[in-house]
Amino acid sequence: MLAQLINDVVNIWEKYSSLYFSGMLNTIILALVSTILGCLIGFGCGIIQTIPTYKNDNILKKGFVFLLKAIIRIYVEVFRGTPMVLQAVFIYYGLSYFTNNMVNFSNVWSCAIFVVSINTGAYMTETVRGGILSIDKGQSEGAKAIGMNHFQTMLHVVFPQTLRNILPQIGNNYIINIKDTSVMFIISFTELFAVHKSIAGATFQFFPSATIEMIAYLTLTLISSLLLRLWERNLTTEKSYQLASLDQLTATSGILNSPYKGSIFDERHIETDKGEK
Amino acid sequence: MEPIIEISHLSKAFGHNVVLKDINAKFYQGEVVCVIGSSGSGKSTMLRCLNLLETPTSGDILFKNESIITKKIDINKYRSKVGMCFQSFNLFNNMTVLQNCMIGQQKVLKRQKEEAKKIAIEFLSKVNMAAYINANVTLLSGGQKQRVAIARALAMSPEVLLFDEPTSALDPEMVGEVLDVIKNLANEKMTMIIVTHEMDFARQLADRVMFMDQGVIAEEGSSEKIFSSPENIRTKEFLKRVLHQ
Repeated sequence: MLAQLINDVVNIWEKYSSLYFSGMLNTIILALVSTILGCLIGFGCGIIQTIPTYKNDNILKKGFVFLLKAIIRIYVEVFRGTPMVLQAVFIYYGLSYFTNNMVNFSNVWSCAIFVVSINTGAYMTETVRGGILSIDKGQSEGAKAIGMNHFQTMLHVVFPQTLRNILPQIGNNYIINIKDTSVMFIISFTELFAVHKSIAGATFQFFPSATIEMIAYLTLTLISSLLLRLWERNLTTEKSYQLASLDQLTATSGILNSPYKGSIFDERHIETDKGEK
Repeated sequence: MEPIIEISHLSKAFGHNVVLKDINAKFYQGEVVCVIGSSGSGKSTMLRCLNLLETPTSGDILFKNESIITKKIDINKYRSKVGMCFQSFNLFNNMTVLQNCMIGQQKVLKRQKEEAKKIAIEFLSKVNMAAYINANVTLLSGGQKQRVAIARALAMSPEVLLFDEPTSALDPEMVGEVLDVIKNLANEKMTMIIVTHEMDFARQLADRVMFMDQGVIAEEGSSEKIFSSPENIRTKEFLKRVLHQ
C-alpha cells in the first residue's frame, strides 16, 4: 500500500513539480505581503484606538476621534465575524456588481491581497490594542512629560516595546495566512491548494496529490516558524553593550557584555529569562 | 515678583472621589518647594496636574501668567518646559541611557543629533552617569535610573522641575546619591517642586514647605517655621508621627 502511494506521489511530482512550486511561491508571496499589509493596518488602527481625548478638547476633535474609533470597531467586528472565503466572493464579485462592471479588480492578485490583508488587519488591530495596553502606563507618561505628542510617543516608545510582545502573534497570523489563503481558489487564484484541485482533477489521483499538499504546507509553515523564532530571538535579547569608560572604579555590577542568546528551541520565560544562563 | 507657576482654585475629582479641593498656590523662580503630607493627601495629584498628566476638574493653572488650561496653548511645548521625574523613573525600556536623554531633544526641541548627544552627555556627567551611556536602562539600579531620569529632564532645558517622590522606590542606600543630585540643582537655583517623604531633606533644602492634608494645603511656610513651630494641629500631628516614631 505504502509502496503504491510512494510510487504515485513520485509519478505526480515528476510530472507536475513545477506547478506545485509555483503554487507554493504564490501562497508564500500572498501570505507574506498580506501579513505585512495587515500588520500596517493593525498598527494604524491601534494608534487611532488609543488616541486620548481630554475634557477641554474642542468638540470637533472629540467627534472626529469618536467617529474614527467607531468605524474601526465596525471594521474589526465585520471582518472577524465573517468567513474569509465569503469576504473574497463578496468583494470580488460585489465590486463589479455594484458598479455595473465599470470598476473591476484588474487581476485576482490585487483582490486576493486586498481581502487577506484587511482580514489580517482586523485581527492585528485587536492584537496591537492588546499589545499597547500591556505596556506599562509609565512609559507613555514619561514620554508625554518631556513633551512628546501621541504619535511620537507611540512611534518611538510604545510601539517598539509592543512589537516585541506581539511578535509571536504576528507569527501566528502569518502561519494562519499560509494555510487560510487556500480559500482564495474561490476567486480562481492559483495558490497551492488550487494547484491540487487542478492536478487531482486531471489525474484523478486525489490522495497522492493531497499527500504532496500536506508535505508542502508543512514544509512552508515549519520553515516560517523557524525564521520567526530567529527574528524573535534577535529582537527580544538585549544587544551587546559596554561601558563607555574602562575606569576600574566604575561599578560594573549588572552590566553584561554579551548576553547569552540561547537557541531558537528554548522556550523563553519572563521570570527566568534574564539574558544569562 | 511674578510667580512662574500659579495655581488658582484648582480642584480634581476622580468620579465621586474628590482628591483636590480648591487649591491656591504660587511658585517663584529659583525656589525649592517641598510638598509633604501623608499618603492620599493629594500631593502627587497636584504635581501631576501641574504637568497636565491629570486634567483638573475645575480651577486654573498659570505658567508665567498664561493659563495652560483655558487658553489654546500647545500642551506638548509647555510640558517640555516643565520637566518631571517620577517615583517609578519611567525611563524608556527600549532605549539605552544616551538615547533616553536624546529622544526628547531630537523629537520635541528639534535639536540636531550631534547637539543632542553633546547636551545629553553633559547632563549625564553632571549626575555621574556618563560611564553608562550605552547601557540598557532595565539593568541599572534604582538610584542610577533616577539619576538618568533627572538627566533626561534636564536635557530638555526646563524652566521648572517637578519631582514626584523621587526616592520612594529606592533602596535606602541609594537615596543619598539621588538627593545629592537634587541638592546640587538647588545650589544652581533650579526652580523645583518636590513631593517627598524625606523630612530631613525637605528641612535642609526647601525654601518653602507645603503641608497637604485631605486635598487642601493645610499649612505652608518656610521650612524653619513648618518644622520648628507648626501652627496647624494636623501639621503637628503629622510631623509628630513621622519624626518621632
